[in-house]
Amino acid sequence: MDMSLYPHAVAMSADEFMSWSSAMINEMLSAGTKRTVDKLTGPVWAWAMRNSMHPLHFGLACCAIEMAAASDTRYDAERVGMIYRSSPRQTDILLINGWISKKLRPDIRRLYEQIPAPKWVVAMGECAISGGPWYDSYNIVQGLDQIVPVDVYIPGCPIKPDAMIDGFMLLQKKIDAYFRRGVFMTD
Amino acid sequence: MSEDANIIEKPSRDDIVSLVKAEFGGKVEFIESTKKNIKAINEGRRLFMKADREVLHDLAKYLHDKLNFEQASSVAGVDWVDHMQVVYHLTNYCTSMVVEITVDIPNDDLHIASVSDIWEGANWHERETYELFGIVFDGHPKLERLLTPKSYEFFPFRKSYKLRGQE
Ligand code: SF4
Repeated sequence: MDMSLYPHAVAMSADEFMSWSSAMINEMLSAGTKRTVDKLTGPVWAWAMRNSMHPLHFGLACCAIEMAAASDTRYDAERVGMIYRSSPRQTDILLINGWISKKLRPDIRRLYEQIPAPKWVVAMGECAISGGPWYDSYNIVQGLDQIVPVDVYIPGCPIKPDAMIDGFMLLQKKIDAYFRRGVFMTD
Repeated sequence: MSEDANIIEKPSRDDIVSLVKAEFGGKVEFIESTKKNIKAINEGRRLFMKADREVLHDLAKYLHDKLNFEQASSVAGVDWVDHMQVVYHLTNYCTSMVVEITVDIPNDDLHIASVSDIWEGANWHERETYELFGIVFDGHPKLERLLTPKSYEFFPFRKSYKLRGQE
């Protein structure tokens, strides 16, 4: 943004800046500028975000082995843009692979909250989808969607690495559609 | 190993039987295994005993201090409906000998002495046995639930515990 147009914006208190910037955003909304900017930048955002999916590197159970197999040289998940990050602050996808014990519920919820929006959740394997082999167990959550909203389910016990990559390509379509809708300046 | 001359580093099977009998008399009972064709049993590397609840801690200390059983491989519970049982597996690294001690405890008094002051590794085994069976280990430094949430008020491995799908 060219600050020379708004010389008084350089030295403002936080409160002054909040009221000034919301007035400016409202002005752009009413003048239709936002829609134009969104339309122009949407495809760029969509291209950038769908090709740089950063799931959280959070291996829970046996399906985590398949997650590792998917990133080896044979399947090479990085060619569709998956790079695992170890901190939820640096990721945009929560990938849950394996059973969720009831004691883990608050921690999964906290990891979900720590990921900056927009964020997606992938439930990988029968355990994360519905409890799987631990159906009706005293200690396993019967499906990830009881704790956080889930975008893509990848079934299998364990899932194959190619199924996992397939699921992430479905997620790419979802990310693409989300950004094409135009979300620039929404926050 | 320790330089303490009292330690028998590699006690043979017969040593253990005679020494434990001399020390504890009728409180410890030796059981012959009925299983055949198991290599470890045929080679005499397994020893099964049944101990009274009162002597369990002394017996464990004796096995650890004198007979060089340095590891508690597992502590587990069994629910026999009319009584409960705690099973200890103790290992001697030098001879690969594993001693199994079973202790019966009555349903209306689920208490037994903790052995986590002898083997630190027994700490979590005992916590797990506590959370699954409700057996209380007296003298345990932190007897809380380990893998299930603290809010649970039931003991899932008891036979009386039913899942939703069961009658
Ligand atoms: S779905 Fe199967 S392979 Fe995957 S975590 Fe569950 S039990 Fe393990």
